[in-house]
Amino acid sequence: MLPFLKYEFLQNAFLTGIMVGLLAPVLGVFIVVRRQALIADALSHITLAGIAANLLLGKWSSFFAAANPIYMGMAFSVGGAIFIEQLRKVYKHYEELAIPIIMSAGIGLSVIFISMADGFNTDLFNYLFGSIIAVKRSDVWTVFAILVVVLLFVFFMYKELFVLSFDEEQGKLSGIRSNWILVAFMAITALVIAASMKIVGILLVSALMTLPVAASIRIAKGFKQAIWLSVLFGEISVIAGMFLSYYLDLASGGTIVLCLVVILCLSIFYKKFTGSRKVGHL
Amino acid sequence: MNNNIGSIAIRVDDLSFHYGDKNVLQHVTMEIKKGSFLGLVGPNGSGKSTLIKCILGLQKPQEGQVYLFGEKVNKFNDWDKVGYVSQKANSFNTAFPATAFEVVSMGLFGKVGLFRFLKASDKNKVWEALRSVKMDQYAYQNIGELSGGQQQRIFIARALVSDPELLILDEPTVGVDTESSDSFYKMLKELHRENNMTLVLVTHDVGVMTNYVTDVACLNKQIHFHGNTKEFEESSSENMSAFYGHHVHVLHHDHGHE
Repeated sequence: MLPFLKYEFLQNAFLTGIMVGLLAPVLGVFIVVRRQALIADALSHITLAGIAANLLLGKWSSFFAAANPIYMGMAFSVGGAIFIEQLRKVYKHYEELAIPIIMSAGIGLSVIFISMADGFNTDLFNYLFGSIIAVKRSDVWTVFAILVVVLLFVFFMYKELFVLSFDEEQGKLSGIRSNWILVAFMAITALVIAASMKIVGILLVSALMTLPVAASIRIAKGFKQAIWLSVLFGEISVIAGMFLSYYLDLASGGTIVLCLVVILCLSIFYKKFTGSRKVGHL
Repeated sequence: MNNNIGSIAIRVDDLSFHYGDKNVLQHVTMEIKKGSFLGLVGPNGSGKSTLIKCILGLQKPQEGQVYLFGEKVNKFNDWDKVGYVSQKANSFNTAFPATAFEVVSMGLFGKVGLFRFLKASDKNKVWEALRSVKMDQYAYQNIGELSGGQQQRIFIARALVSDPELLILDEPTVGVDTESSDSFYKMLKELHRENNMTLVLVTHDVGVMTNYVTDVACLNKQIHFHGNTKEFEESSSENMSAFYGHHVHVLHHDHGHE
């Protein structure tokens, strides 16, 4: 076995990282093509509020002190996701408003909970920026459960998600019940964001959802290829980032995101050098 | 409920639609016969697209009713009988990473159903639809890399892939150069003749359209004229000026005639 993996906490981090490196880009493809890249940011901030709430409650109650804050984070995140879909209906012509509303509500709540809990501790710092030493075995199993749910959902709902992302009208004409599919998709996204935060941190979760996609859509032929390439880029970044983080003693979230940025730049250069592929006219 | 129901593809019954206090459609009543090729014309803001959306059940009118193949539109289930190419097809996200093949296959999703996948026979249908619009050699190109006219053909192929009996096109040639739009109209005429399909073409391009369609309807919040192309041409000068308000004359572009 690699020396890197001789400790249990590193195995935990590695396994979780590999799962998150698959999950975040898969959902990210649908989010980016629907032009909702910022939704991941909004949901990660509301997740932080959930985690802060759990840390605060842990001061008073042994139940919450013993609970993994990830669950409270997920509950807040899913609630936020459903709320975003409702807000988008209220502000039909300003759909993007839902995102800053949820984002600021999340930060506001977080700050209040944190100050009530007498300020920052290292635990919270780990959630903000990601830490590979903070991943517990129970986190690995939670993320694994989410992985199974998400892969089943995307596999069986691929057609529907694809057509709704491309053209909602066509989806409705095909008799697709768009509302519940979109709500379910948001809820699943919220779960993945909560699951990813241990590795990349709340402030960087959206990077893992959007940067691999930003790189892949420049070079992919077709939607399926965009998904595969996004996953490939996500995995390369997570694995390389965790190695660098361990051997150079850097924050894992930062190294992963920088790996993503490097891949993104490479894909932009690649496209520049291979040139535009616009085909001839009719 | 109606004795000639078998021959009517679309029946619009006293339909009114308004956004807030702005009237878009007022008491529109019309029947579109099966096998006809209707050109629906009208100036900007005349409610053409809204009427189409009401016909497709994408918008709910405040008054009136739409029947598709004799069935109330909100009860209608045979959506694979209906192909639709929206105006938005001109302004979709061209950076969307989907191949022409993937876009066309969307047209089958309603037929295939939930939790199911495209079979080999479905894929053959996609190829057939691509061939029918002469775009099969571009199947694996991303949709955004094609020209406007080519994209439009892909959207037609998507509408055709489920073998619809009724094809509705909303301003399909906007943003497409004249040469492409001519060959596009010819293709529609062929589709109409060979498959006995009912076509509804929304356009403001009155002159070119009359070379291809069998019937014309003029809409400006209300239906001002609905009849066959010959009647339309005979009455068109007075009709059109009353209708558009001023000095409109119908230009004929005869290069489309065979």
